[in-house]
Amino acid sequence: MAFQFDLVSPERRLASANATEVQIPGAEGDLTAMEGHAPTITTLRPGILKAVAADGTKAFVVTGGFAEITATGVSVLAERAVPVEEATPAVMESLMAEVRVAAGASDDKDAVDKAVADMMAARSAIGQ
Amino acid sequence: MPSLKDLKNKIASVKNTRKITKAMQMVSAAKLRRAQDAAEAARPYAERMNAVMAGLSASVGTSEGAPRLLAGTGRDQVHLLVVMTAERGLCGGFNSTIARLARVRANELLAQGKTVKILTVGKKGREQLRRDLESNMVGHIDLSDVKRVGYANAQGIARDVLARFDAGEFDVATIFYNRFQSVISQVPTAQQIIPAKFEGATTGALYDYEPSEEAILADLLPRGVATQIFTALLENGASEQGARMSAMDNATRNAGDMIKKYTTIYNRSRQAAITKELIEIISGAEAL
Repeated sequence: MAFQFDLVSPERRLASANATEVQIPGAEGDLTAMEGHAPTITTLRPGILKAVAADGTKAFVVTGGFAEITATGVSVLAERAVPVEEATPAVMESLMAEVRVAAGASDDKDAVDKAVADMMAARSAIGQ
Repeated sequence: MPSLKDLKNKIASVKNTRKITKAMQMVSAAKLRRAQDAAEAARPYAERMNAVMAGLSASVGTSEGAPRLLAGTGRDQVHLLVVMTAERGLCGGFNSTIARLARVRANELLAQGKTVKILTVGKKGREQLRRDLESNMVGHIDLSDVKRVGYANAQGIARDVLARFDAGEFDVATIFYNRFQSVISQVPTAQQIIPAKFEGATTGALYDYEPSEEAILADLLPRGVATQIFTALLENGASEQGARMSAMDNATRNAGDMIKKYTTIYNRSRQAAITKELIEIISGAEAL
């Protein structure tokens, strides 16, 4: 069963398509949304977001933001989102730097470490 | 009466000016299209963000211990005005309308005995406000090296504003920018960003929140500030190009009128000179 999947960043709309399931790196753990999911809003941690559709799977590297899940669709608002194919080491490096700066604004050292660790995990997940 | 040569030079110089204004108009037209596309592309994110935050703040906003970005500091004493203008001039009333709106607001607040702090984005606004509000200026953000405004620029401004808020430097923040309506009409707008205000809070579907509503709201509010600033920057960008386009269109037309006027004068005085010479020759011949 397909439902609507939207991925938007502040600068542009990255994806708007049908998907059968969407795997979301939620702040409190990964979750997979499918049609008929209970309405949920969750914040994101840096990680890999995957949208599975009939014609293949699309993956994106996302940093903070949030996902709004309803029974009929998922919309993800990511602060930064890059398709995995475009995520070269240079791009990942700049994302990493941004995460550090953003996390560095807070005094919470654990939060900084966690964000950086999440980025490292995302990098290894796409084989870099 | 200017000489023929003077007139000729004048016409040549106005023709050159017309060429320049014409070129600027066409450049602005191309840039305007790009700026409008960027504003268009940013709309879905801003709208969604606003909708979700409106819903959240409607349910959390009234409770005790709501985030300070939403509830405010409980005071209304120190106001921060973030005045966003262009880096360059020659765009009609674009910069002055924003500066005027900000100045009127600043003077109003000062008359009520409040403290006003001004943060300027863009060189032109600072130049205009510096004349009478220099002592109120607390900072300036320079975007003159930025070719295309990106979300990162907005984040930078937001970080600056939020750091000042956390340091307790102000209670209320308002941004000033020109909202793009059409090429010939831009509306100077003041929008309060801290404490956050949301319109059209709809209590639609009941959501599960993960983590808690409060935690999400605390995470989203700073992003909301950045999003609002980003939207304002994009609107401003489109407005600037629109204003410059119509200003340069006017200038081109005026230059055309001026060329026409001077050409008429030039032809008249050339004809007068010829007639004068003929009369001299004829009277000379008759005298013989």
